[in-house]
Amino acid sequence: MAEKRDLVAKSRLIDEMSLKNRLIEYFTQWEVLLSIIIVVVFVFFTIRTPYFLDWFNLMNATFQFSEKAIMALPMIFIIMCGDIDISIASIIALCAYVVGNAAQSGASIPSLIFLALLVGTLAGLFNGVMITALEMPAIAVTLATQSVFRGIAIGLLGDQARTEFPENFGFFGQQFIPGTIIPFEFVLYLVLVLLFAFILHKTTYGRRLYAIGNSAEAARFSGIKVKTMRIINFTVTGFFCGLTSILLASRILSVRSNIATGWDLEIITLVVLGGVAITGGKGSVYGVFIGSMLVGYLKFGMGLLKFSGTLMTIVIGLLLITAVLLPRLLDMYKANRKLRLQQMSRN
Amino acid sequence: MPDLSFSSFVKKALARREATLTVLLVVLLVPISIRSPQFLSAKNISTILNDMAILSIVAIGEFYVILSNGIDLSVGSIIAFTGMATGMINEANPTVSPLLLLLAGMGIGMVMGLFNGVLVAYGKIPPIITTLGTVNIYRGLTFLLSGGTWVTAHEMSKSYIDFPRNSFLGISNLLWIALLVIAVFYYFSRYTRTGREVYAIGGNPTAAKFVGVNESRVRVVVFLISGTLCGLAGALWTARYASAVNEMATGFEMQAVAACVLGGVNFAGGSGGIIGVVLGTLFLGVVTNALPVIYLSVFWQTFVQGLIILIALTLNTMSDQRKTKKLLAQRRG
Repeated sequence: MAEKRDLVAKSRLIDEMSLKNRLIEYFTQWEVLLSIIIVVVFVFFTIRTPYFLDWFNLMNATFQFSEKAIMALPMIFIIMCGDIDISIASIIALCAYVVGNAAQSGASIPSLIFLALLVGTLAGLFNGVMITALEMPAIAVTLATQSVFRGIAIGLLGDQARTEFPENFGFFGQQFIPGTIIPFEFVLYLVLVLLFAFILHKTTYGRRLYAIGNSAEAARFSGIKVKTMRIINFTVTGFFCGLTSILLASRILSVRSNIATGWDLEIITLVVLGGVAITGGKGSVYGVFIGSMLVGYLKFGMGLLKFSGTLMTIVIGLLLITAVLLPRLLDMYKANRKLRLQQMSRN
Repeated sequence: MPDLSFSSFVKKALARREATLTVLLVVLLVPISIRSPQFLSAKNISTILNDMAILSIVAIGEFYVILSNGIDLSVGSIIAFTGMATGMINEANPTVSPLLLLLAGMGIGMVMGLFNGVLVAYGKIPPIITTLGTVNIYRGLTFLLSGGTWVTAHEMSKSYIDFPRNSFLGISNLLWIALLVIAVFYYFSRYTRTGREVYAIGGNPTAAKFVGVNESRVRVVVFLISGTLCGLAGALWTARYASAVNEMATGFEMQAVAACVLGGVNFAGGSGGIIGVVLGTLFLGVVTNALPVIYLSVFWQTFVQGLIILIALTLNTMSDQRKTKKLLAQRRG
């Protein structure tokens, strides 16, 4: 009897170590699949157009998606805990309004940045407190604050625009790192990717986020301050809305009340496409990074091939659905495989 | 022994969401009508009701999805696609009767809703993700269908454009249709088996499955209802505004969800009613229409709407929590 058990354990060990199984395990990870998809996309566009694989173009294209990609990073934390924030575009609009208004009355660049970050942080804090104090669903609260925050911008700005900014304000959203062809925005994004990856994957704080997402109840019982952490998530997201509003206003040098409309859904799409489970507790910064690059360069490449924006919308919608459907099918496949292997070793 | 006193009756009636909303509506109307007596004129009331008719139809569809503990973000895009489709059918065949166009809109909307429902029920994709995807897909398809062009008033037949405005017994066709939809779904959610099953699935899916409710079927049905009603709304939208543009009804999902929240529909699923949703829609309509009366620029409309939703949500949650506490206390006592 013992011998048989030994044999089964051994065969299982061999089975798990076999190259084929390990390859299957590896390639059915969402992050790996995404990486393969992005390589395929790059190869496809490189073959189809000579303008794609050009360092200058590739770097220039990042202007189109850096801001949304930055916003996707704090959104990972929110979604990781099973929450959602659909008010971020409105917070960006509110901050941009404040920046535009202050700039018109002659505020300096540091004070503009300070104002944007302050307003964003307060707006995010408001979201977080409203959601956790009464245990209201995040989607309902941020749906309301979406109208409240943008409503303030619309109410104060009306159909006007703010277009006067201090000299050099254009640096953040338009300029390159001196002496290179790398946009400042993109470098900032890369730094933030490393920062968020460190927090999520290398710190206790990050592990606690996973714990909350898997079971807020269990996390609370094990001494994690769930409410506080959720408030922090929303506040941090608000802070980054302020930061993004600076980049956006600096890039287009014009603030209207409809600025960044529709970004909420686009940014959530990036996060979910990157493999973060909407129910929380699963995902990685690397996945979201690759997902953001994939969407950005897909749009860029399709633009080069003169595909209409319409088709891109459809492709991104399909990508999102596939992104969720595929891992589920893969999980089913893996579970079936495991079951088969277990039956085989039992026989 | 049951408490039969008048005060307890009033208390019970006020505890109902519908009653609270009605009282609030009246409280809101009194100062407005004092300030501007023509606000309650027959003409203005009919304007408000007609303005809200399409939203009430869409909000009822959204209500079923939220009731089943989901959300449908794709309603605006379904309205756009069906509105564009019926507009183009009308442009190609000006003789087609408006009723047939409404049916066409409903048919197309039904297919789109079915697609959402199948992805949610059988693909097991959370509703928010599914409809986040299809909101893009359907909007993109609208552009593909139209080729980026518009259908304008002079390309549409007079009978179609006039249809929502024409009145029968002094009430516009648009309003009749909304009333019919309200009546049908009031009956559906209270007296039919499937209607009750939606409440069951939203309230407690595990328990519902144990008593034999087919969860997948219910999830498909709610999206089917939402899609079909959006199709109806799309066909009416094109006729009422006498044009079909690609961007039509962008962001309409937020208004539909807002009407539900105001109407006391619980986001966790399982509670709420049609009358509440209709009152929520009316409330939104009155507030929007009243802004000029209180000399507030229309630019503040979005802010006021958001604030009202936030307040309604807070009050809802607080009263729910009080009820739960009371129940717990009763059980202990």
